[in-house]
Amino acid sequence: MNLLTISLAYIRARALNASLNVLLLGLGVGTIVVLLLFSRQLEQRLERDAHGIDLVVGAKGSPLQLILSSVYHIDIPTGNIPLQDAQRLETDPLIKATVPLALGDSYEGFRIVGTSHAYVSLYEGVPEQGRLWQKPFEAVLGSEVAAHARVKLGDQIVGSHGIVEAGEKHEHSPYTVVGVLKPSGSVLDRLVLTSVESVWEIHGQGHHEDEDEHEEAGKEQHLQPQEVTAVLVQYRSPMAAALLPRQINSQSALQAASPAFESARLLNIVGVGLETVQAFALILILCAGLSVFIALYNALRERSYDLAVMRTLGASRGKLLAAVLVEGLILAVLGVALGLLLGHLLTGGLGMWLQASQRVNVTGWTVVPGELALVALALAVGLLSALLPAVLAYRTDISRVLAQR
Amino acid sequence: MFALQNVHHRYNGEEVLRIEDWSVPRGEHCLILGPSGSGKTTLLHILAGILTPSEGSVSIAGQDLKAMSASELDRFRGRNIGIVFQRLHLIPSLTVLQNLLLAQYMAGARSDAHAASELLVRLGLADTAHRKPAALSFGQSQRAAVARAVVNHPILILADEPTSNLDDANAAAALDVLTVQAKSCDATLVIATHDRRIKAHFEHTIDLSEAA
Repeated sequence: MNLLTISLAYIRARALNASLNVLLLGLGVGTIVVLLLFSRQLEQRLERDAHGIDLVVGAKGSPLQLILSSVYHIDIPTGNIPLQDAQRLETDPLIKATVPLALGDSYEGFRIVGTSHAYVSLYEGVPEQGRLWQKPFEAVLGSEVAAHARVKLGDQIVGSHGIVEAGEKHEHSPYTVVGVLKPSGSVLDRLVLTSVESVWEIHGQGHHEDEDEHEEAGKEQHLQPQEVTAVLVQYRSPMAAALLPRQINSQSALQAASPAFESARLLNIVGVGLETVQAFALILILCAGLSVFIALYNALRERSYDLAVMRTLGASRGKLLAAVLVEGLILAVLGVALGLLLGHLLTGGLGMWLQASQRVNVTGWTVVPGELALVALALAVGLLSALLPAVLAYRTDISRVLAQR
Repeated sequence: MFALQNVHHRYNGEEVLRIEDWSVPRGEHCLILGPSGSGKTTLLHILAGILTPSEGSVSIAGQDLKAMSASELDRFRGRNIGIVFQRLHLIPSLTVLQNLLLAQYMAGARSDAHAASELLVRLGLADTAHRKPAALSFGQSQRAAVARAVVNHPILILADEPTSNLDDANAAAALDVLTVQAKSCDATLVIATHDRRIKAHFEHTIDLSEAA
């Protein structure tokens, strides 16, 4: 027999009421856990994919679109730029390294990226099987692409024109798979990599006859030989950050965008939505606290005799205060545990669904730092809602209660 | 056993109790008689240390209750005084056995489920140990309440109207349980009642209707 047994006995005596309170708290905590897991992993993903890329240079248009298309590979490109402009960047003394990207085709919904080997090393990509491409029309698959398409080394794959929807197939120039990369947890997993020359050759030959049709669709400008879609830039020194973007943006044909700045802007836009849902979840937690308060307050009025009797059995005022607080705390702990479980399970489920629909990798089987603060908050709400009833228990006038008929 | 000196209690400025001098030696039983409203419960509460009289001194086993701090008084009460309420007040969400264990725990005594179970057996409550009070008959509940009052071997047992609303046979049984248990703990039994049927069983009687 101790305070825990007593509190548990009282909770069991009002099992339905207690479970509803636990559920209410669990839903609030669970919602916030889902939001925390999602936003944290989204942020990490954005950071990971933009790691090592200081600046992206591409055709004029929306800077966010340029970053989304050439760093995260989720939007259509803003256009293409002449190769000589890209080559001029390589010799710029402010620039340490450049990686060219030639986009325009896709394979089973995964983008085909014409680039250099430096792009693979940017994400620390390593071949799991085979090797990197050496000649035109050799392709290296990201791990997810390989898993999805079930192709092996030496197989031939045919790209489709267009990166958003599957378009006309480039049957005349298939790629040979020469390598599959290890999973890197970055955008690399979802790409088909080849040389820039391969992409040029495919678009340089035999698709003039259907050019008009594509113009009508008007979705993208086709990559022409001696053009690239974008160039990823690494600065040589912090000085470059001050000079280079302005210098490039003043050239009429080019645009420079910073992944750090643009993804912060994106998170800001998404963040408003996340914060709204988070506010609702906080209200849910407060409601749960209020509900625990009402339940304990009413229970204590029914229990005033019990409290008085416990005092006559030798319980000090402090013990009664503690007993009621323990009861509130048990409800809060159960609610928090339920919320954490719900949140992680739900995120895990959503993650599997999202992975199947080929977008973002989100897992429920990880813990993010925000959860600790959330647990502390929810437990504090539970304790706080038990505080007033506990003080009332503390103040019970036993003689008066026992004399009541 | 206990001694009251010059005890006055006022409630809302009105005197509800006045005891000039009253003491009972250890092991002897005593009856507080009087109609309802005569201050029986007030006197019982003063003896239990849950009500401090407006004036006067109360000492139990040689200890002055007024000299104790609130928490000392709580501990003293838990260890030395057992109370059987008129409406019993067993904790409904705990089983009968748990009600006894609660009394041990709250008094700060060692938890002894074995002793508690044996006590229930002696009171014919062996079968009810794991039942909730709501599943007990009135007689069983009353014996369970007595068991809870004596589980810590008190030196003073207070009972409020233990025989009211009972027929002669049941009243005698209830009284018997109390006196037997009081004897087994070598405790002083004090019963507050308006039931004059049981007056004959007690050597000491204080009649509040006369005192007032």
